[in-house]
Amino acid sequence: MPDMSLIEAIRDAMDTEMGLDERVIVLGEDVGLHGGVFRATDGLQKKYGESRVIDTPLAELLIAGVAIGAAANGLRPVAEMQFADFSHPAFDQIVSDAARWRYRTNGLQNLPLVIRMPYGAGIHGALYHSQSVEAFYAHVPGLRVVTPSTPYDAKGMLIAAIRDPDPVIFLEHKKAYRLIRGEVPIGDYTVPLDRARVAREGSDLSVFAYGLMLHHCLEAAGALAQEGVSVEVVDLRALAPLDHDAILSSARKTGKALVVHEDNKTLGLGAEVAALIVEEAFEWLDGPVVRVATPDLPAMPYNHGQETWALPNVAKITAAMRDLAAY
Amino acid sequence: MSELELDLRHAHRLMLLARTIDEREWMLNRQGKIPFVVSCQGQEATQVGMALALRPGVDHVLPYYRDLGMVLALGMTPVEVFLNLFAKADDPNSGGRQMPNHWAHVRLRIYSHSSPVATQIPQATGVALASRIKGEDAVTLVTFGEGASSKGDFHEALNFAAIHKLPVIFACENNRYAISVPQVKQMAIANVADRASGYGIHGEIVDGQDLLAVLKATERAVDRARAGDGPTLLEAKTYRLVPHTSDDDDRRYRAREEVAEWKKRDPILLFKNLLIDRGLWDEPQDQALRQEIFDQVSQAQAAAEAAPDPVPDKALDHVLSS
Repeated sequence: MPDMSLIEAIRDAMDTEMGLDERVIVLGEDVGLHGGVFRATDGLQKKYGESRVIDTPLAELLIAGVAIGAAANGLRPVAEMQFADFSHPAFDQIVSDAARWRYRTNGLQNLPLVIRMPYGAGIHGALYHSQSVEAFYAHVPGLRVVTPSTPYDAKGMLIAAIRDPDPVIFLEHKKAYRLIRGEVPIGDYTVPLDRARVAREGSDLSVFAYGLMLHHCLEAAGALAQEGVSVEVVDLRALAPLDHDAILSSARKTGKALVVHEDNKTLGLGAEVAALIVEEAFEWLDGPVVRVATPDLPAMPYNHGQETWALPNVAKITAAMRDLAAY
Repeated sequence: MSELELDLRHAHRLMLLARTIDEREWMLNRQGKIPFVVSCQGQEATQVGMALALRPGVDHVLPYYRDLGMVLALGMTPVEVFLNLFAKADDPNSGGRQMPNHWAHVRLRIYSHSSPVATQIPQATGVALASRIKGEDAVTLVTFGEGASSKGDFHEALNFAAIHKLPVIFACENNRYAISVPQVKQMAIANVADRASGYGIHGEIVDGQDLLAVLKATERAVDRARAGDGPTLLEAKTYRLVPHTSDDDDRRYRAREEVAEWKKRDPILLFKNLLIDRGLWDEPQDQALRQEIFDQVSQAQAAAEAAPDPVPDKALDHVLSS
């Protein structure tokens, strides 16, 4: 089985599905001739032509609006926002329209579209190339919001997202693009868009994470295993809707829950996971539900020392796990 | 379509139907039966004229909330309109979920739209892009007011459609007011269509009270699109004879004299006179038709009022497909 990076798996997903389904088109800034600033769409225009891989003007609202219209008229658009930080002009199109299309037509019309966005920090991106945006979109019923942490999941979930009849916000951690590698099957396969994944089984505490943080948590869990603490690591993957069953069954199993995300702490996804666990698994809990997150900064500082200070890392996660295990 | 081919009396009937339903809506609003009315009075010739240039169910239409005349001309029935106004379960536009006049109809290829204005304009560009990619013989028509042309959505949509010469007609129903804001406060230029050259597309201005002029201009735009010659920015100069909605009081921002002047150019009056001038019509026929439509509208209202409401806990249905 080929070994691929996250970005290669994402590209492979689009290539695979474009080959199988002529309705699939790709649009965004620099996605065509240039192959995308991260090379996510490298080679696709050469293979599938300019009519299906479209270099758009510099206009995120337009990218979303055109994707919506094309999806409404029978295509399967995969739109790219060059950075999640730049998606905000498209927020109106996504939230006012895409998210509500099926609902407001009483189920008679739907929009099978995917909007891919690189997100996340740790690459000297500072305020406007590092943001986590999942909380904004996960708050809107009618959108699926997913983020794969492995190349296997990236390809399978992106194919599933393209095939899904509803809008999917597909978040890709940009630091993980080349950093995370794994085995990826040849050909098409899907991974569900609404299921979390137990990345490591454990019994003393559960940690819920996604994206690059998932890998930090696995490393921290490995360290704690040396100290005799058994940590269950759950890759949320599905941020909206959340996999309530997986979250609750793990929390009930271990009795202790930790949520780790790169987004700011206040009103980040961790708040929702924590509320869910406390509301529906209270009697199983042997300790508080704790969150490890970036403090409430308007955005990530450029200075390396400051960025490193701000972000969750293996050391902070390990310490939090240790404290919770000892509670 | 030549004027001989067009059934002028059918066009007149459609405008009268729109006006009669419209007047009934206001009455129902005053009776407390419909909480919200957004009216098309004064814009019937623009809306019906544009619709008659299209092939319903083949061409794609993205109307805005004032387009009662347009959707009726495309084939939405009076019952369907009343189901929408009464927020009934069988309302084909939204099952009672949206405010009135947020049109959507699968068979008629009317695309669902929001309340934030102008979001439908880049979506229309996307619909037309899909037509091009699929190789389908269909044009896309999107309507909006002159106020919507101030939004970035408008700019971005026209720019992209121009680059790719997409088969889309951007049809502005310039009724001179965006709620209370007159055109002089909305833009520095005299005509929305003047912007067309800025995008590199064809722009055209038409008298929106003249149904035949609107029809012909729209047909030219359709032909242009189908020939692969790209988009048109078509501006119909028209007038909103009534307030923005039933929650608006237009006495606060415009003089009664101005409204009275425009009433002299009521498109239905103008068209009736045209029919009479051509020897195709007379007053007794007009009265008879008005009575017939009045009865038709009453029947449609009754049928819709008697239809079932949505089940309350079904409000959770259709958030996602599963």
